[in-house]
Amino acid sequence: MSIESHLQHLVGELPDGLAEGVALGAGLADGYDLYESPLGKVWVTFNVEGVSSVDLADEAFPERFIERFGRALFRAEAPTAWERHISSAIEAGKPGKLPIDLRSVTPFQEEVLRVASGIPRGEVRPYAWLAHEVARPGAVRAVGSTMARNPVPLIIPCHRVVRSDGRIGAYSLGGAHNKHELLAHEGLEPEWLETLASRHVRVQGNKTTGIFCHPTCHRIRRSKTENVVDLSSAAAARAGGFRACEVCRPV
Amino acid sequence: MSDLPIALADDLDASFPGLVDRMGARIYWGLRRMYNNHHEAEDLAQETFIRAYRALCDYDRSRIEDLDVEPWLWTIALNLGRNNLRNRARRPIYVELGETGGSEPEIVDSRAWDRRFSRLTKNQRNAVVLRHVAGLGTAEIAEVTRRPEGTVKADIHRGLARLRTLMEEEEV
Repeated sequence: MSIESHLQHLVGELPDGLAEGVALGAGLADGYDLYESPLGKVWVTFNVEGVSSVDLADEAFPERFIERFGRALFRAEAPTAWERHISSAIEAGKPGKLPIDLRSVTPFQEEVLRVASGIPRGEVRPYAWLAHEVARPGAVRAVGSTMARNPVPLIIPCHRVVRSDGRIGAYSLGGAHNKHELLAHEGLEPEWLETLASRHVRVQGNKTTGIFCHPTCHRIRRSKTENVVDLSSAAAARAGGFRACEVCRPV
Repeated sequence: MSDLPIALADDLDASFPGLVDRMGARIYWGLRRMYNNHHEAEDLAQETFIRAYRALCDYDRSRIEDLDVEPWLWTIALNLGRNNLRNRARRPIYVELGETGGSEPEIVDSRAWDRRFSRLTKNQRNAVVLRHVAGLGTAEIAEVTRRPEGTVKADIHRGLARLRTLMEEEEV
Protein backbone atom coordinates (compact mmCIF):
# COMPACT_ATOMS: atom_id res chain seq x y z
CA MET A 1 0.00 0.00 0.00
CA SER A 2 1.48 3.33 -1.05
CA ILE A 3 1.84 6.20 1.36
CA GLU A 4 -0.64 8.26 -0.70
CA SER A 5 -3.39 5.70 -0.29
CA HIS A 6 -2.68 5.50 3.45
CA LEU A 7 -3.21 9.24 3.67
CA GLN A 8 -6.55 9.08 1.89
CA HIS A 9 -7.83 6.96 4.73
CA LEU A 10 -6.86 9.41 7.44
CA VAL A 11 -10.37 10.90 7.37
CA GLY A 12 -12.59 9.55 10.17
CA GLU A 13 -16.13 10.43 11.09
CA LEU A 14 -17.50 13.89 11.73
CA PRO A 15 -17.05 14.58 15.48
CA ASP A 16 -20.21 14.46 17.58
CA GLY A 17 -21.86 17.84 18.01
CA LEU A 18 -19.98 19.60 15.22
CA ALA A 19 -22.92 19.77 12.80
CA GLU A 20 -25.16 20.94 15.65
CA GLY A 21 -22.62 23.57 16.71
CA VAL A 22 -22.49 24.89 13.16
CA ALA A 23 -26.29 25.03 12.87
CA LEU A 24 -26.51 26.91 16.20
CA GLY A 25 -23.69 29.29 15.32
CA ALA A 26 -25.16 30.00 11.88
CA GLY A 27 -28.58 30.70 13.39
CA LEU A 28 -30.22 27.75 11.60
CA ALA A 29 -31.14 26.11 14.89
CA ASP A 30 -31.91 27.09 18.46
CA GLY A 31 -30.41 25.57 21.58
CA TYR A 32 -32.62 24.66 24.53
CA ASP A 33 -32.01 24.04 28.20
CA LEU A 34 -34.01 23.59 31.42
CA TYR A 35 -34.40 26.46 33.89
CA GLU A 36 -36.14 26.83 37.25
CA SER A 37 -39.16 29.16 37.41
CA PRO A 38 -41.93 29.97 39.91
CA LEU A 39 -44.02 27.44 37.92
CA GLY A 40 -41.36 24.72 38.15
CA LYS A 41 -38.99 23.71 35.39
CA VAL A 42 -39.37 25.40 31.98
CA TRP A 43 -37.57 25.06 28.65
CA VAL A 44 -35.71 28.15 27.49
CA THR A 45 -34.59 28.34 23.84
CA PHE A 46 -31.91 30.67 22.50
CA ASN A 47 -30.03 31.47 19.31
CA VAL A 48 -27.48 34.00 18.09
CA GLU A 49 -30.09 36.80 18.40
CA GLY A 50 -31.09 36.13 22.00
CA VAL A 51 -33.63 34.14 24.00
CA SER A 52 -36.33 33.03 21.58
CA SER A 53 -38.90 31.22 23.71
CA VAL A 54 -39.93 30.00 27.14
CA ASP A 55 -42.25 27.02 27.33
CA LEU A 56 -43.56 24.35 29.67
CA ALA A 57 -41.24 21.42 30.29
CA ASP A 58 -43.53 18.78 28.81
CA GLU A 59 -42.86 16.15 26.17
CA ALA A 60 -44.72 17.90 23.35
CA PHE A 61 -42.43 20.94 23.60
CA PRO A 62 -39.97 20.24 20.71
CA GLU A 63 -42.88 19.65 18.32
CA ARG A 64 -44.56 22.89 19.40
CA PHE A 65 -41.32 24.82 18.92
CA ILE A 66 -40.57 23.50 15.44
CA GLU A 67 -44.20 24.03 14.41
CA ARG A 68 -44.16 27.64 15.54
CA PHE A 69 -40.61 28.79 14.74
CA GLY A 70 -39.63 26.47 11.87
CA ARG A 71 -36.06 26.00 13.12
CA ALA A 72 -34.23 22.91 14.33
CA LEU A 73 -33.66 22.45 18.05
CA PHE A 74 -30.66 21.00 19.92
CA ARG A 75 -29.95 20.51 23.60
CA ALA A 76 -27.25 23.05 24.40
CA GLU A 77 -25.97 25.39 27.06
CA ALA A 78 -26.79 29.07 26.78
CA PRO A 79 -23.84 31.45 26.31
CA THR A 80 -22.08 31.89 29.65
CA ALA A 81 -22.73 35.63 29.54
CA TRP A 82 -26.49 34.98 29.28
CA GLU A 83 -26.95 32.10 31.69
CA ARG A 84 -27.12 34.13 34.89
CA HIS A 85 -29.33 36.74 33.18
CA ILE A 86 -31.81 34.07 32.06
CA SER A 87 -32.34 32.84 35.63
CA SER A 88 -32.69 36.35 37.05
CA ALA A 89 -34.98 37.49 34.20
CA ILE A 90 -37.32 34.57 34.91
CA GLU A 91 -37.34 35.25 38.65
CA ALA A 92 -37.73 39.03 38.27
CA GLY A 93 -40.23 38.83 35.41
CA LYS A 94 -38.40 41.33 33.24
CA PRO A 95 -35.78 40.95 30.49
CA GLY A 96 -33.24 43.40 31.95
CA LYS A 97 -30.02 43.09 29.95
CA LEU A 98 -30.98 39.76 28.40
CA PRO A 99 -31.27 39.96 24.58
CA ILE A 100 -34.66 38.68 23.40
CA ASP A 101 -35.22 37.40 19.86
CA LEU A 102 -38.59 38.87 18.84
CA ARG A 103 -38.28 38.12 15.10
CA SER A 104 -41.33 35.87 15.44
CA VAL A 105 -43.69 38.80 16.13
CA THR A 106 -44.82 41.88 14.19
CA PRO A 107 -43.39 45.37 14.90
CA PHE A 108 -46.71 46.29 16.59
CA GLN A 109 -46.52 43.20 18.80
CA GLU A 110 -42.89 43.93 19.59
CA GLU A 111 -43.82 47.41 20.79
CA VAL A 112 -46.64 46.00 22.93
CA LEU A 113 -44.30 43.41 24.46
CA ARG A 114 -41.65 46.05 25.12
CA VAL A 115 -44.17 48.18 27.03
CA ALA A 116 -45.47 45.13 28.92
CA SER A 117 -41.88 44.44 30.02
CA GLY A 118 -41.98 47.63 32.04
CA ILE A 119 -44.96 46.66 34.26
CA PRO A 120 -43.49 46.42 37.77
CA ARG A 121 -43.40 43.17 39.69
CA GLY A 122 -46.47 42.72 41.91
CA GLU A 123 -48.62 45.04 39.79
CA VAL A 124 -51.07 44.50 36.93
CA ARG A 125 -52.38 46.64 34.06
CA PRO A 126 -55.42 46.09 31.85
CA TYR A 127 -55.22 45.36 28.09
CA ALA A 128 -56.79 48.79 27.44
CA TRP A 129 -53.90 50.47 29.25
CA LEU A 130 -51.34 48.68 27.03
CA ALA A 131 -53.29 49.70 23.91
CA HIS A 132 -53.24 53.28 25.17
CA GLU A 133 -49.51 53.20 25.94
CA VAL A 134 -48.65 52.14 22.38
CA ALA A 135 -50.90 54.94 21.04
CA ARG A 136 -53.43 52.48 19.59
CA PRO A 137 -56.36 52.85 22.06
CA GLY A 138 -58.68 50.95 19.71
CA ALA A 139 -56.38 47.93 19.49
CA VAL A 140 -57.41 46.23 22.75
CA ARG A 141 -58.12 42.87 21.07
CA ALA A 142 -54.81 42.99 19.18
CA VAL A 143 -53.07 43.60 22.51
CA GLY A 144 -54.87 40.56 23.95
CA SER A 145 -53.73 38.30 21.12
CA THR A 146 -50.19 39.68 21.43
CA MET A 147 -50.13 38.52 25.05
CA ALA A 148 -51.37 35.10 23.94
CA ARG A 149 -48.50 34.90 21.45
CA ASN A 150 -45.77 36.23 23.75
CA PRO A 151 -42.85 33.91 22.86
CA VAL A 152 -41.10 34.53 26.18
CA PRO A 153 -43.71 34.38 28.98
CA LEU A 154 -42.30 34.79 32.53
CA ILE A 155 -39.44 36.93 31.11
CA ILE A 156 -41.80 39.39 29.38
CA PRO A 157 -44.43 39.47 32.12
CA CYS A 158 -47.69 39.01 30.20
CA HIS A 159 -49.05 37.50 33.44
CA ARG A 160 -49.22 41.12 34.68
CA VAL A 161 -51.68 42.10 31.97
CA VAL A 162 -55.33 41.56 32.92
CA ARG A 163 -58.70 42.01 31.27
CA SER A 164 -59.99 45.53 30.85
CA ASP A 165 -62.83 44.75 33.30
CA GLY A 166 -60.21 43.95 35.94
CA ARG A 167 -60.67 40.16 35.88
CA ILE A 168 -57.41 38.23 35.77
CA GLY A 169 -58.29 36.43 32.55
CA ALA A 170 -56.54 33.81 30.43
CA TYR A 171 -52.86 32.85 30.32
CA SER A 172 -50.93 31.23 27.49
CA LEU A 173 -48.43 29.30 29.61
CA GLY A 174 -50.54 26.37 30.82
CA GLY A 175 -53.75 28.26 31.65
CA ALA A 176 -55.28 30.77 34.07
CA HIS A 177 -54.29 28.91 37.26
CA ASN A 178 -50.62 29.57 36.42
CA LYS A 179 -51.35 33.28 36.09
CA HIS A 180 -52.96 33.24 39.55
CA GLU A 181 -49.95 31.40 40.94
CA LEU A 182 -47.46 33.86 39.42
CA LEU A 183 -49.34 36.89 40.74
CA ALA A 184 -49.59 35.31 44.21
CA HIS A 185 -45.82 34.60 44.00
CA GLU A 186 -45.32 38.33 43.46
CA GLY A 187 -47.45 39.17 46.49
CA LEU A 188 -50.73 40.01 44.72
CA GLU A 189 -53.79 38.18 46.04
CA PRO A 190 -55.76 36.90 43.01
CA GLU A 191 -58.94 36.86 45.17
CA TRP A 192 -58.52 40.55 45.98
CA LEU A 193 -58.16 41.41 42.26
CA GLU A 194 -61.26 39.38 41.36
CA THR A 195 -63.23 41.04 44.18
CA LEU A 196 -62.30 44.52 42.97
CA ALA A 197 -63.36 43.51 39.43
CA SER A 198 -66.72 42.15 40.62
CA ARG A 199 -67.30 45.40 42.53
CA HIS A 200 -66.46 47.35 39.30
CA VAL A 201 -63.51 49.08 40.95
CA ARG A 202 -61.19 50.04 38.06
CA VAL A 203 -59.13 52.77 39.71
CA GLN A 204 -58.63 54.14 43.20
CA GLY A 205 -58.11 57.73 44.31
CA ASN A 206 -56.28 59.22 47.28
CA LYS A 207 -58.43 61.90 48.96
CA THR A 208 -55.42 63.71 50.45
CA THR A 209 -53.23 63.90 47.35
CA GLY A 210 -56.07 64.07 44.80
CA ILE A 211 -54.31 61.47 42.65
CA PHE A 212 -55.91 58.32 41.19
CA CYS A 213 -54.10 55.09 40.27
CA HIS A 214 -54.58 51.55 39.06
CA PRO A 215 -55.43 49.61 42.24
CA THR A 216 -52.10 47.73 42.20
CA CYS A 217 -49.90 50.82 41.69
CA HIS A 218 -47.37 50.99 44.53
CA ARG A 219 -48.27 54.65 45.02
CA ILE A 220 -51.92 53.97 45.98
CA ARG A 221 -50.93 50.80 47.89
CA ARG A 222 -48.74 52.94 50.17
CA SER A 223 -51.69 55.27 50.93
CA LYS A 224 -53.57 54.99 54.21
CA THR A 225 -56.69 52.82 53.78
CA GLU A 226 -59.01 55.55 55.12
CA ASN A 227 -57.83 57.94 52.37
CA VAL A 228 -58.47 55.51 49.48
CA VAL A 229 -61.66 55.86 47.42
CA ASP A 230 -62.89 53.13 45.02
CA LEU A 231 -63.81 54.49 41.57
CA SER A 232 -65.53 52.82 38.60
CA SER A 233 -63.53 54.51 35.80
CA ALA A 234 -60.86 57.08 35.00
CA ALA A 235 -63.64 59.37 33.75
CA ALA A 236 -65.47 59.08 37.09
CA ALA A 237 -62.20 59.87 38.89
CA ARG A 238 -61.61 62.97 36.80
CA ALA A 239 -65.23 64.05 37.31
CA GLY A 240 -64.60 63.69 41.05
CA GLY A 241 -61.66 66.11 40.82
CA PHE A 242 -58.82 63.54 40.84
CA ARG A 243 -55.84 63.75 38.49
CA ALA A 244 -54.08 60.74 37.01
CA CYS A 245 -50.95 59.27 38.61
CA GLU A 246 -47.88 59.88 36.40
CA VAL A 247 -46.36 56.61 37.49
CA CYS A 248 -49.14 54.16 36.50
CA ARG A 249 -50.90 56.46 33.99
CA PRO A 250 -54.38 54.94 34.63
CA VAL A 251 -56.94 54.73 31.80
CA MET B 1 -20.38 17.75 -5.60
CA SER B 2 -21.23 19.73 -8.73
CA ASP B 3 -24.92 20.08 -7.78
CA LEU B 4 -24.10 21.50 -4.35
CA PRO B 5 -23.48 25.14 -5.37
CA ILE B 6 -26.80 25.12 -7.24
CA ALA B 7 -28.59 23.77 -4.16
CA LEU B 8 -26.90 26.40 -1.97
CA ALA B 9 -27.95 29.13 -4.38
CA ASP B 10 -31.53 27.80 -4.52
CA ASP B 11 -32.16 27.42 -0.80
CA LEU B 12 -29.20 28.17 1.43
CA ASP B 13 -30.85 27.36 4.76
CA ALA B 14 -32.21 24.01 3.58
CA SER B 15 -29.05 22.85 1.83
CA PHE B 16 -26.37 24.16 4.18
CA PRO B 17 -26.58 21.25 6.67
CA GLY B 18 -25.87 18.98 3.67
CA LEU B 19 -22.64 20.90 3.04
CA VAL B 20 -21.55 20.22 6.63
CA ASP B 21 -22.45 16.52 6.24
CA ARG B 22 -20.43 16.18 3.04
CA MET B 23 -17.37 18.28 3.84
CA GLY B 24 -17.30 18.40 7.63
CA ALA B 25 -15.28 15.22 8.19
CA ARG B 26 -12.62 16.11 5.59
CA ILE B 27 -12.24 19.63 6.93
CA TYR B 28 -12.09 18.45 10.55
CA TRP B 29 -9.64 15.58 9.95
CA GLY B 30 -7.48 17.73 7.69
CA LEU B 31 -7.25 20.37 10.41
CA ARG B 32 -6.69 17.68 12.99
CA ARG B 33 -3.63 16.46 11.04
CA MET B 34 -2.36 20.00 10.59
CA TYR B 35 -2.74 21.02 14.22
CA ASN B 36 -2.51 17.63 15.95
CA ASN B 37 -5.17 18.80 18.41
CA HIS B 38 -8.81 17.76 18.62
CA HIS B 39 -10.19 20.89 20.30
CA GLU B 40 -8.39 23.29 18.00
CA ALA B 41 -9.46 21.34 14.91
CA GLU B 42 -13.04 21.21 16.15
CA ASP B 43 -13.17 24.93 16.93
CA LEU B 44 -11.63 25.81 13.59
CA ALA B 45 -13.90 23.45 11.63
CA GLN B 46 -17.03 24.77 13.37
CA GLU B 47 -15.98 28.38 12.87
CA THR B 48 -15.09 27.71 9.23
CA PHE B 49 -18.64 26.56 8.44
CA ILE B 50 -20.25 29.39 10.41
CA ARG B 51 -18.14 31.93 8.49
CA ALA B 52 -18.96 30.13 5.25
CA TYR B 53 -22.69 30.35 5.98
CA ARG B 54 -22.50 34.08 6.71
CA ALA B 55 -20.49 34.70 3.56
CA LEU B 56 -23.00 32.74 1.46
CA CYS B 57 -25.83 34.87 2.87
CA ASP B 58 -24.14 37.90 1.29
CA TYR B 59 -23.18 36.31 -2.05
CA ASP B 60 -25.42 36.68 -5.08
CA ARG B 61 -26.61 33.68 -7.03
CA SER B 62 -23.94 33.64 -9.76
CA ARG B 63 -21.12 33.93 -7.23
CA ILE B 64 -22.44 30.91 -5.29
CA GLU B 65 -22.97 28.87 -8.47
CA ASP B 66 -19.37 29.53 -9.58
CA LEU B 67 -17.93 28.57 -6.24
CA ASP B 68 -15.34 25.80 -5.91
CA VAL B 69 -16.74 24.86 -2.56
CA GLU B 70 -13.98 22.75 -1.07
CA PRO B 71 -10.97 25.00 -1.86
CA TRP B 72 -13.09 27.95 -0.76
CA LEU B 73 -13.79 26.29 2.61
CA TRP B 74 -10.08 25.53 3.03
CA THR B 75 -9.23 29.16 2.31
CA ILE B 76 -11.53 30.19 5.15
CA ALA B 77 -10.15 27.48 7.45
CA LEU B 78 -6.51 28.38 6.85
CA ASN B 79 -7.19 32.10 7.26
CA LEU B 80 -8.84 31.38 10.59
CA GLY B 81 -5.90 29.19 11.59
CA ARG B 82 -3.46 31.93 10.59
CA ASN B 83 -5.29 34.48 12.70
CA ASN B 84 -5.10 32.02 15.55
CA LEU B 85 -8.82 32.48 16.17
CA ARG B 86 -8.21 36.02 17.33
CA ASN B 87 -10.94 37.40 15.12
CA ARG B 88 -13.51 34.77 15.89
CA ALA B 89 -17.07 35.50 14.94
CA ARG B 90 -19.63 35.64 17.71
CA ARG B 91 -20.33 32.02 18.53
CA PRO B 92 -22.08 32.17 21.84
CA ILE B 93 -23.83 28.81 21.92
CA TYR B 94 -22.12 25.64 22.92
CA VAL B 95 -23.28 22.08 22.45
CA GLU B 96 -21.81 19.30 24.52
CA LEU B 97 -18.93 18.23 22.33
CA GLY B 98 -17.36 14.80 22.50
CA GLU B 99 -13.89 14.47 24.02
CA THR B 100 -12.40 12.32 21.32
CA GLY B 101 -14.20 13.81 18.36
CA GLY B 102 -15.84 10.73 16.92
CA SER B 103 -14.22 7.48 16.02
CA GLU B 104 -10.74 7.50 14.58
CA PRO B 105 -10.19 6.16 11.07
CA GLU B 106 -10.03 2.40 11.43
CA ILE B 107 -7.50 1.00 9.03
CA VAL B 108 -4.56 3.13 10.05
CA ASP B 109 -2.86 3.97 13.28
CA SER B 110 -4.06 7.54 13.62
CA ARG B 111 -1.68 8.44 16.42
CA ALA B 112 1.33 7.11 14.55
CA TRP B 113 0.38 9.48 11.73
CA ASP B 114 0.05 12.40 14.14
CA ARG B 115 3.60 11.63 15.29
CA ARG B 116 4.96 11.39 11.75
CA PHE B 117 3.23 14.59 10.63
CA SER B 118 4.71 16.43 13.59
CA ARG B 119 8.19 15.80 12.10
CA LEU B 120 7.33 17.73 8.89
CA THR B 121 7.67 21.49 8.46
CA LYS B 122 4.40 23.39 8.71
CA ASN B 123 4.34 24.10 4.96
CA GLN B 124 5.08 20.48 4.09
CA ARG B 125 2.44 19.22 6.51
CA ASN B 126 -0.26 21.58 5.23
CA ALA B 127 0.57 20.82 1.59
CA VAL B 128 0.56 17.02 2.09
CA VAL B 129 -2.69 17.13 4.10
CA LEU B 130 -4.44 19.33 1.53
CA ARG B 131 -3.22 17.16 -1.36
CA HIS B 132 -3.67 13.66 0.01
CA VAL B 133 -6.09 13.89 2.97
CA ALA B 134 -8.41 16.64 1.68
CA GLY B 135 -7.84 15.70 -1.98
CA LEU B 136 -7.23 19.16 -3.46
CA GLY B 137 -5.21 19.67 -6.66
CA THR B 138 -1.83 21.42 -6.52
CA ALA B 139 -3.16 24.55 -8.27
CA GLU B 140 -5.97 24.75 -5.70
CA ILE B 141 -3.50 24.31 -2.85
CA ALA B 142 -1.33 27.08 -4.28
CA GLU B 143 -4.34 29.41 -4.21
CA VAL B 144 -5.54 28.32 -0.79
CA THR B 145 -2.11 28.63 0.84
CA ARG B 146 -1.10 31.72 -1.19
CA ARG B 147 2.14 30.06 -2.29
CA PRO B 148 3.52 29.41 -5.80
CA GLU B 149 2.43 26.08 -7.28
CA GLY B 150 6.05 25.01 -7.83
CA THR B 151 6.74 25.52 -4.12
CA VAL B 152 3.62 23.58 -3.21
CA LYS B 153 4.69 20.66 -5.41
CA ALA B 154 8.14 20.71 -3.82
CA ASP B 155 6.60 20.77 -0.32
CA ILE B 156 4.40 17.79 -1.15
CA HIS B 157 7.32 15.91 -2.67
CA ARG B 158 9.62 16.53 0.29
CA GLY B 159 6.85 15.92 2.80
CA LEU B 160 6.00 12.54 1.31
CA ALA B 161 9.69 11.62 1.13
CA ARG B 162 10.10 12.50 4.79
CA LEU B 163 7.04 10.42 5.76
CA ARG B 164 8.42 7.46 3.79
CA THR B 165 11.75 7.72 5.57
CA LEU B 166 10.05 7.93 8.95
CA MET B 167 7.98 4.80 8.19
CA GLU B 168 11.07 2.89 7.07
CA GLU B 169 12.89 3.88 10.27
CA GLU B 170 9.95 2.56 12.32
CA GLU B 171 10.24 -0.86 10.66
CA VAL B 172 13.92 -1.31 11.52
